[in-house]
Parts: sequence; C-alpha cells; structure tokens
Amino acid sequence: MNLARLLRRLASAVLVIWLVHLLTFLLIRLVPGDPAQLLAGERATPDEVLRIREQLGLEDPVLLQYARSLGGLPRGDLGESMFSGLPVGRLLADAAPATLSVALMALLFAAVFGVGAGVLAGLRQGGWTDRVVSTIATVGIAMPSFWIGLVLVTFFALVNPWLPATGYAPLGEGVGTWFRHLVLPAVTLGVAVAAEIARHTRGGVADVLAKPYIRTARARGASGSRLVRGHVLRNAAIPVVTVLGLQTGKLLGGTVVVEAVFGISGLGTLAVNSVLERDYPVLQGFVIFAAVVVVTANLLVDTAYGRINPKVRTA
Amino acid sequence: MSVVATPPATAGTPGTPERARRRRPGLLRSMLSGPSAVAAAAYLVLLAALAVAAPLVAPHDPNAQDLFNRFAGMSAEHPLGTDDFGRDVASRVIYAARISLLAPLISLAVGMAIGVPAGLLAGLRRGWFDAVADRLSDTLLSIPAIVFALAIIAVMGPSLTTAMVAIGIVFAPHLFRVVRGATMVVAEETYISSAEAIGASTRRILLVHVLPNIRAPLLVQVTLLMGFALLAEASLSFLGLGVQPPEASWGSMLKAAYENQFEAPYSVLPSGVAILLTVLAFNVLGDRLRDAVAGGRAR
Repeated sequence: MNLARLLRRLASAVLVIWLVHLLTFLLIRLVPGDPAQLLAGERATPDEVLRIREQLGLEDPVLLQYARSLGGLPRGDLGESMFSGLPVGRLLADAAPATLSVALMALLFAAVFGVGAGVLAGLRQGGWTDRVVSTIATVGIAMPSFWIGLVLVTFFALVNPWLPATGYAPLGEGVGTWFRHLVLPAVTLGVAVAAEIARHTRGGVADVLAKPYIRTARARGASGSRLVRGHVLRNAAIPVVTVLGLQTGKLLGGTVVVEAVFGISGLGTLAVNSVLERDYPVLQGFVIFAAVVVVTANLLVDTAYGRINPKVRTA
Repeated sequence: MSVVATPPATAGTPGTPERARRRRPGLLRSMLSGPSAVAAAAYLVLLAALAVAAPLVAPHDPNAQDLFNRFAGMSAEHPLGTDDFGRDVASRVIYAARISLLAPLISLAVGMAIGVPAGLLAGLRRGWFDAVADRLSDTLLSIPAIVFALAIIAVMGPSLTTAMVAIGIVFAPHLFRVVRGATMVVAEETYISSAEAIGASTRRILLVHVLPNIRAPLLVQVTLLMGFALLAEASLSFLGLGVQPPEASWGSMLKAAYENQFEAPYSVLPSGVAILLTVLAFNVLGDRLRDAVAGGRAR
C-alpha cells in the first residue's frame, strides 16, 4: 500500500470515528423529550433530574456541549460515569483486559480451527470431510453463542468439573489459571466465527483449485504440501483475511453476551450495567471504543492485502 | 441451476415487472429443489402454524404453576419436563414461538422501512443524498450490531418493543447496502431511461420499475436477516434487555434456565434447540435462495 493510499484510508477511518461520536452525541439529544428525564427514569424526583442535567452539562448551549465532548476525544477523555463519577476512560481501561483476552483467544481458536477445517474441506470437495465440515459450520453459525456457553458449562464444568464455570483470572495469577478460565468463554465466542471462517476458507480454496495456474503447477510436478503451501493457501488467504477483519466487530459484540454467561466483568458487563443504570456516558464511551477497534482492524486488513497479494499493492 | 432458466429470453421485454413475475415461480422452484431447503421451509411453516394455534396444541396452560413439581423430568404428562415454577416446558416453548417469530418480523419491518426507500433513492438518483447516506451506513456498520442496539436501548429503556426497533435500526444499513447496489444495476437499464423520458415520477419509477426487479436480492437478505434477528432478540432477552416477564421468548426462557443451571443443568436444552433449529432453517433457506438467484444471473 503506498503512502497516499494509506493516508486516504487513515483520513477515512478518522472520519468514521468522528461520525460515530457525533451519532452517540446526537442519539440521546434527538430522542423526543428531555434527555435528563429520560435517563433518570419515570419514577425520578425533580432533584434527581436536575442533578443529571448538571452532571451532563445539559444546561449549556448544545454547541458548547458538543465542543466539550469532542475536545476530550483525542485525549481519551470520554466524560464521567453518572453512576460512580469515575472517568469513563478509566472504567473502560480497567474492563478491557478481560474482554480483550477472551476476544483474542476466541480469534485464535476461530482462526486455527476455521482455517484448518476450511482447507481440509476445500481440498476434499464433495468428500465426507467436506460434508462434515460444511454441516458443522452451518449449524455453528445458527447456534446462539450464549447457549453454546450454557451447554459447555453444563458438560465441562457442572457434570464433569474440569474447567471453571465462571470468572476471569488476570495474568498476574499465573498463565495456567488465566488460560483455564479463558477456554470455555473463548470457545463459546469463537464457534460462530470459526464456522464463518471455515466456510470462506473452503470457498477460497475451492476457487483457487479451479484456476489454470494450479493445473500448470501440477503439470510442472508440484504436488502435495508444496502445491498447497506455495499456491493454494497464499491465494485463498485473501477472502479469509477479509472475513477475519469483518468478524472483529462480531467478536466484540459477542463478548457482551458471553461475559454475562460466564460472569466475567469486562467491557460487555460494563456496557449492560450501564444500560440498566441508564449511565449513558459509559455506554457512549463503549460504542466509540468498539468503533475504534473495528476501524483499526479494517485498516490492518487493508494493509495485510498488499503483503499477501502483490496485485493489490498498486490498486 | 438450469431450472431457473425457465422463462425463455423472448418472454416479455427484459427486466419489465412482467418478466419478474414470471421468473419468481422458477426461482422458488429452483430454491426448493434441494431436500435441505424443503425441510427448512416445511419446518418454518409447521412452526408458524404451531405458534398461531398455540392454545389448541399446547398440552398445558404455559403459565400454570405447580410448585410441588419443579424441574420434573420428561414424562407423558410433561413431554419436556417442567421449569423452576413447575410450568410445562413444552407448552412454554410453543407459546414463546409467538414472540420469537413476531419479534424478527417487526425488526425487519423497521429495517426495511428505513433501508429500502433510502437505498432505492440513493441507487437511482445518486448525488448528495447517496454520498451522505452511504457515509452514514459505513459509520453505522463500523459499530458492532449488539453494541449499537445497546446504545438505542440505553436511550429508550429496556423493553421488547425497544429491542425490536433497535435491531431494526441496526438492520437498516445492511438493507440499504443491498438495495442501493441492486438499484444501481437496474438504473442502467434502458427501460428506466424510457420511463424517465415519458415523464414518470421518481416515485413511480422506483415502485413500478425498480422495486420488482430487485426483489430477488432483497428476499435473500431478508431471509438471512430473519435468522439474525431471532438470535439478536434472544441475546437481548437473555441479557434482560428484551422480553420482560411474564411474557416469554426462547431467549428469556434460556435466561431463566441459566439462573437455575446448578439445580437443573439440562433445562437449557429445549429453548436452545428451538432457537438453533429455527435460525438454521432461515439460514439454509437464505443460502439456497442466494444460490438460486446467483444461478439465475449466471445464465
């Protein structure tokens, strides 16, 4: 990717983040009715409503509120929680390690199993491996993640007490403990993503195998692992990397539910609690954080294209 | 996919609504040519019938409590056992199908009400509206679906209606994308220029000439989104942000099962399997439909 293109993509990413911020700012203010009343709930006393109005600075002109909110953004200042009074940035930073551990472990699980199963199925199209993988993938996408979690907990923590059913152990408590707590949540979150990746990998491998250059390579005597590694995987990687990028958002959204199943106090739990407590600034911070992660992942995917496939570099 | 090619190229002017009408049975037939799609369609029809006829087919009153008979196992009296209040699980699964099927329909109606007109207009007229709407949909798509739904629920308060509307708003950019893309292709056709030349209004062109011709990709997207909406409603209800008791959907039943997991570990199975099968049915149908549409284009 050349510099001009990179800069263009960066500018577009910043624009999207800015629009997400604007959207979350407007969302609470454009809904009919008084935002403070809305957040306080129906049974709130006038004093509570007044307190919320002051906390959010709703007395000031809208443009001033906006300037204040936007001005803090580059510094990572996302306002304060209405519930605890703590800075939103700190709440997010405290909750992030658990969520990111689960999400990254899920991504790793999904990439290994999804790509592995997809390649096997793609190389043996129509065979029983292909049929088994395709069936499991179709079912995997249709399963609600929290249900997978419940079933996994039932069998691997309750019926057979092999793994912890709930909680998150920080890395400080030892890698083994950390890992044991992550297995079930990560698998729960990763199944649907693995299924999606497997389907796309299978499709990518099947497409590549039908290309004339594979026949040429075969004619030149390339076979077995050499053919697969040198020709098939490299070319099939492009759709797979795209899907990986698209799944980032799904993983991040999925943690909201998975954390609830496993009682992990990460970003998802923080977000659900902030909805229940009508703590809008925290939720706003979470939405912006999620958008930054997704946009960054897409940017990384874009740069990865050039490395995988030289043809894209000039595009 | 040869079945799709039923209308010969000479039948009707290419791309007129008349042709679209004739192609539809072909599309449906080709989609239902596989056993998996037939099974999926049959399952969904049966499920819808069960949901409508719930009072007639459910063995018990879904809300009748029997506290001396909590967490009972399977029996002739209770085919799927009883739950934490001694209520008949089979009856509750059948009744909950009503909300679990209705919720995605309402979400899709909301999503289509926003996404389809915007996509049609943006695809046909392009210009500033297209630029703004496209940028907006890019922005919305960069927020994970469930996170965006949480933001809307935070503002409007947790309830089933809010959850359904929130999911609908999340769908709007997806539908916008599909409709806009398909409309841009149709807009190049000669019959659109002809319609404009004889002074047809934008509204008429969109409704009479464009909409019938983008029905196929729209139908694919809608079928796939049905499954997604069901999952989303179940997730939100599981988090306590969707259906509120005493109403129940499969998602909220799972929440109850989760809370009693230590007492009755297997109670997570019935409603979970119901969700799995239904989403699977929508996805299989959507995939087959997509194959049928792609086959139709390839000819």
